[in-house]
Amino acid sequence: MSRTPLLVVAAAALLTLAACSGKPQAAAKTDATPTTNAPAEHVTRGDFGPPQGEPIHAVLTSPPHVPPPVNRNYPAKVIVELEVIEKEMPISEGVSYTFWTFGGTVPGSFIRVRQGDTVEFHLKNAPDSKMPHNIDLHGVTGPGGGAASSFTAPGHASRFTFKALNQGIYVYHCATAPVGMHIANGMYGLILVEPPEGLPKVDHEYYVMQGDFYTTGKYRQKGLQPFDMEKAIDEHPTYVLFNGKEGALTGDNALTAKTNETVRLFIGNGGPNLVSSFHVIGEIFDKVQPEGGTVAQHNVQTTLIPAGGAATVEFHTDVPGSYVLVDHSIFRAFNKGALGILKVDGPEDKTIYSGKEVDSVYLGDRSEPNLQAVTTAAKAHAAGTLTKDEQIAAGKQLFTGTCSVCHQANGEGLPNVFPPLAKSDYLAADPKRAIEVVLHGLQGKIKVNGHEYDSVMPPMNQLTDDEVANILTYVLNSWGNPGGQISKEEAAKVRAAPAPATASQGH
Amino acid sequence: MRACLALALGLMLALPAVAADYAALPGGSFTSVLPADGKAAAAQVAPFRLRTEPVTNAEFLAFVKTHPEWRRDRVAGILADQRYLSHWAGAETLGGEALPRQPVTRVSWFAAQAYCESEGARLPSWYEWEYAAAADATRRDARSDPAWRENLLAWYSRPSNAPLPDVGGAPNAYGVRDITQPVWEWVDDFNALLVASDSRDQNDPDVLKFCGAGAVSLQEKENYAVLMRIAMLSALKAADTTNNMGFRCAKPE
Repeated sequence: MSRTPLLVVAAAALLTLAACSGKPQAAAKTDATPTTNAPAEHVTRGDFGPPQGEPIHAVLTSPPHVPPPVNRNYPAKVIVELEVIEKEMPISEGVSYTFWTFGGTVPGSFIRVRQGDTVEFHLKNAPDSKMPHNIDLHGVTGPGGGAASSFTAPGHASRFTFKALNQGIYVYHCATAPVGMHIANGMYGLILVEPPEGLPKVDHEYYVMQGDFYTTGKYRQKGLQPFDMEKAIDEHPTYVLFNGKEGALTGDNALTAKTNETVRLFIGNGGPNLVSSFHVIGEIFDKVQPEGGTVAQHNVQTTLIPAGGAATVEFHTDVPGSYVLVDHSIFRAFNKGALGILKVDGPEDKTIYSGKEVDSVYLGDRSEPNLQAVTTAAKAHAAGTLTKDEQIAAGKQLFTGTCSVCHQANGEGLPNVFPPLAKSDYLAADPKRAIEVVLHGLQGKIKVNGHEYDSVMPPMNQLTDDEVANILTYVLNSWGNPGGQISKEEAAKVRAAPAPATASQGH
Repeated sequence: MRACLALALGLMLALPAVAADYAALPGGSFTSVLPADGKAAAAQVAPFRLRTEPVTNAEFLAFVKTHPEWRRDRVAGILADQRYLSHWAGAETLGGEALPRQPVTRVSWFAAQAYCESEGARLPSWYEWEYAAAADATRRDARSDPAWRENLLAWYSRPSNAPLPDVGGAPNAYGVRDITQPVWEWVDDFNALLVASDSRDQNDPDVLKFCGAGAVSLQEKENYAVLMRIAMLSALKAADTTNNMGFRCAKPE
């Protein structure tokens, strides 16, 4: 936590601002001194005197929502009550993780105040927490950003008060040792300190925050995954995510807007380790306030968001379609989960864009609305009522996620590289052999439909027996294949059996 | 009726004497995460005996019955906070949420100290506790093994809303059980740990509360797992109780 010394301000800028806003700027003690070469800049720091009026309870929102604008022209006392909750939540489909949260979500509740407000902060630590926690708000001027005053044991509450001197969008996070682990478990969020005159009106405001996560299991390995300290120290994340969960901003959870609207994103990066190259595929940011500062940059393609930093990003929507939010360190997007969707509805404007979706390749499995069929099949299996049709439906969605990258969504594969599954004689000759291939991989020459293939399929043993059975049942009943059904028990048997000679490396 | 009560009381009194097994630990020079001189010096641990198991609900109930000043409805407010023993069904009744063989939790440091005195013992020091917890099933100091650390971290990673298991886990090389889990444990000098880490190089009593400070001031930078326990102990005052904080006692050799 370090505070930048006061920014200097040209007297002319101050006058302009006061004249524009028509608000009681005259009362502001800006601490500003004229400088010789500073261009016109905004007032960035100000103490507008003691709080006025009745204390106000801050509205806190869960991501991706942002509290409504402050709409106030005087400094007030604002009471913020935030509870730390340690809880198990899904981090990906079928994968859960014990998150430590501010307010029960990752990222934590969004806090919105006005510059000059006096914030009375109450940090509560739930009684069934295992750990003590505290909070360091980057919007606080004072030792530790509040951390020193908010160290709170389970079942206790702390209170401290600060004046929001600087406007901007600020990260807050837990700073209890070991800090890295507390952050890696999801303990961060954003606090917006509005300028006195408020922010320009837009049609939508959204709250998105990136974080990297470290689990002992592999990416998408099922079950409750513990935190992996070694991977965290080595900075090798298993997941890089927006809003704490793979799929938090896709499918039914996608952000929405209409054409001809303005969208403002508050983008934070909790880290703990990675820096984000934030980009929205198919959009150009009309305006970015990098690092949450007051100097705007315009016409930006990708903006860097440091760990422990944030930016405000604004753009206008012109063309309908799905816009993909990514960390443009792009393997993180497609192999670690850093992916979200902004869905823009409205009439086409062919003069701006002809209509072919450039993003279709990227959408991949995450563009599936959700994995409802998988859940249905899992429930049916547990109830003993699983039907072949349910297996096929679940298998189709799982196939999109895991298999279609190589074998393609239509099962045709890629000539000379990935063998086809459609009308495959190799598959028809021995359907049960397919279980072995999925679970143990396949290496060496094979002949499929008259063509020879010599590549490596890695073992997909991160899939559960259920999933293997569903995927293969789907494959056997698609694209002119002979039909049939694979059961969970058959998959379990093959998994337990020793790997065959054709098993691939890395097994 | 009276005879019946007397009999029950007698049984209760008899129990802890039977249950309180102590293991002898040889002590010696020990590299703590908190160096003795604030820089690098090893800690010196004198030979001592440590309770093989954390104090259980049944044991603490027996103590409360013989020391009624520690009943939750009579305890002085400065010695235990409002949550003290609040999961018990009554002041002298355990109930379904506090099973007899579960480790007792929601006890203050004062209460833990008083219990140990009643057993002719005291709370272990941090060094004694850390020394005993460094062992795994076969080695007296297993801390260099990543598996040892993973085991600690795995407990932190588990949600804390499930009921606690009974005491009686696998013994470590000293015959001590359940030391790193399923509960945190009070130590005698819990509130001196920050001071100890301070006195080294940064005159800052809040050293562990700040971003990053803990990482530079502790000896074993990778030993996050132990650091977290120190952070937990540092967060508490002597009258505080939490859902996960229990204790065991120690005696001199």
